[in-house]
Amino acid sequence: MKKDIILAGVGGQGILSIAACIGLAAVSAGMNLKQAEVHGMSQRGGDVQSHLRISDDEIHSDLIPQGKADMIISVEPMESLRYLPMLDSDGWVITNIAPFVNISNYPSVEEIIKEIEKVPNHIAIDADKIAKEIKSVKSANMVILGAASKHVGISYEELQNGVRMLFKKKGEDVINANLRALDEGRKFAI
Amino acid sequence: MQKLLLLGDEAIAQAAIDAGISGIYAYPGTPSTEITEFVQHSREAKEKGIRSAWSTNEKTAMEAALGMSYAGKRAMVCMKHVGLNVAADPFVNSAITGANGGLIIVAADDPSMHSSQNEQDSRAFAKFALMPVLEPSNQQEAYDMVHYGFDISEKYKIPVMLRITTRLAHSRAGVAKKDSKNQNEIKLPTNLRQFVLLPSIARKQYKSLLENQTPFEIESENSGFNQYIDGKNKKLGIITTGIAYNYLMENYPGNTLEHPLLKITQYPVPRKLVDKLYNECEEILVLEEGSPMIEELLRGLLDKGKKIFGRLDGTVPRDGELNPVIVAKAMGLKTEEGLNIPGNVVGRPPSLCAGCPHIDSVVALNQALAKYAKGNVFSDIGCYTLAALPPYESINSCVDMGASITMAKGAADAGLKPAVAVIGDSTFTHSGITGLLDAVNDKSNITVVILDNATTGMTGGQNSSAFGHIENICKGLGVEEEHIIVMNPIRSKNEENIAIIKKELEYDGVSVLIPRRECIQTIARKSKEKRAGK
Repeated sequence: MKKDIILAGVGGQGILSIAACIGLAAVSAGMNLKQAEVHGMSQRGGDVQSHLRISDDEIHSDLIPQGKADMIISVEPMESLRYLPMLDSDGWVITNIAPFVNISNYPSVEEIIKEIEKVPNHIAIDADKIAKEIKSVKSANMVILGAASKHVGISYEELQNGVRMLFKKKGEDVINANLRALDEGRKFAI
Repeated sequence: MQKLLLLGDEAIAQAAIDAGISGIYAYPGTPSTEITEFVQHSREAKEKGIRSAWSTNEKTAMEAALGMSYAGKRAMVCMKHVGLNVAADPFVNSAITGANGGLIIVAADDPSMHSSQNEQDSRAFAKFALMPVLEPSNQQEAYDMVHYGFDISEKYKIPVMLRITTRLAHSRAGVAKKDSKNQNEIKLPTNLRQFVLLPSIARKQYKSLLENQTPFEIESENSGFNQYIDGKNKKLGIITTGIAYNYLMENYPGNTLEHPLLKITQYPVPRKLVDKLYNECEEILVLEEGSPMIEELLRGLLDKGKKIFGRLDGTVPRDGELNPVIVAKAMGLKTEEGLNIPGNVVGRPPSLCAGCPHIDSVVALNQALAKYAKGNVFSDIGCYTLAALPPYESINSCVDMGASITMAKGAADAGLKPAVAVIGDSTFTHSGITGLLDAVNDKSNITVVILDNATTGMTGGQNSSAFGHIENICKGLGVEEEHIIVMNPIRSKNEENIAIIKKELEYDGVSVLIPRRECIQTIARKSKEKRAGK
């Protein structure tokens, strides 16, 4: 088993918590992992991405080769499109459709969603809305991960364990809120 | 044992703790920052009493680490590549003094300039200083090389450079730990003149550094980090340096590469291994993460030998970091292009955070300068450099840490009026103080704006050496007290701030304005930590 995942978003949106959940789950399942992150200047509201690679075999490159990613998981709709050159022709785009507008020339959201819908394999989800509905606005990331859960190559139980491990220090309430968010995202995608 | 999931930076930090360092010294700089932060947050490091607070700049860090080495203890000093320019004087001379306790200098290079002003290759600096270099290709090697590096540093009494690049620094992978060592006891150098670089002593020390180049090269050939991996297709031989190896192997899953390969991760360049590859293969491809240093050596001045492919003939782009596709193309393999980016996707450059005090400062500055022609504001490195971009377009230079003040001074000397310097609090103590003294001594007509957000912001909010010291430093340097003015950069005080700036722009001499408001990121972090603590 091998999955190459591009995680996309805007600096400060916390794409790394999604990466960490998948990563913790993958490593406890005995898989190899490499995960390239963006630190530094771009974290100040710029576009950021992380290359997450999990595999039963040795992983060489920290970067996913262009056109070979199995999946783009994005917490922001326009950002999901920025990495399309990275995506394999059979790959999935799984993205939040709630825009993060911190630039004056942000394009029409409808046009962006039209472009997302052109990708043969896509899941477009309003994670912010769902997170709000379950009164857990900070868990939008986990809603998106839930929506992606069928495709990440790790069993759902292992992903849930990843969530538990990631939020262990924050206590039961936070763990449960995030597990709920993960469930809601998964339900949406089925 | 379960492997630890560590960034390359964190693997280096954990290895340093395990190898028995007594101190780590650094000024924050992407992509090196997380090494020192890891030690600062490590309970183990705290229990072992490893000192780890931030230094004022890379030069003070380098010198303090050298002092710790003098006392016989192991020390690590970390910096980004351009930080090595700041530390260049003690760095180069430390190869001549040599080390006593093990000393590793980590230089984190940033090819493709993700967060830097240039992409200089620190291996060149080490070669210049005649210092051995370790250049890990993955996180585990980074961990292992720190242990090895300290051992050879003590064996040959030589500081060792560990050179990494952004992708390794900021990529996570599983790392297996080794047993940890105790710290060294204090033990002064056997020869108390070892660190005295008076010409008569320096000449001797330099000769012994030159003589040591042979054993350093033998180490390179025999340590096992440089690997010659034979292949049956000798039409092409390949040399990789550092993480370029990964990008090559990515294209040959299951180790299906048929060409002989020399994987270089330790310097001086192991000439015997290069010679073997050169003799056995018809043509050579060199894949280097950084400058074409080995490629240039191979080609020589006249390039009349075997056909060499690399960055200098366009097989690989001359600048920027490598990736699997660049290497695939160099190998003549088929590559994928993926889908196109739709036309309506627009750029999202980094920007100042909503609520950032710098916004209020540069907005006021822009308005105060409205009556002058544009182009009078010198700046340097920090979050505030983003004020060069729309919508503010407030600053006109960014060269190096501290250059705001000195460039403003030079321009004022040339007759530019007004000449304004915009510098951050941490950058001011890093490299701005001496320039301000020049301006005071010369009675230069400059207005210095020290944006005091009480932190080193761009690198993630580290403690600033300037905290609580700025006014006293300026007074001490001789800036007149009535021209040291603290301002409150918030929107409601905008008119007042514009008036203050306008007045000081008119003043004929050195004035220092200090817009002071804490970084909103560190405020948010502190309140989060406070909540979590309850």
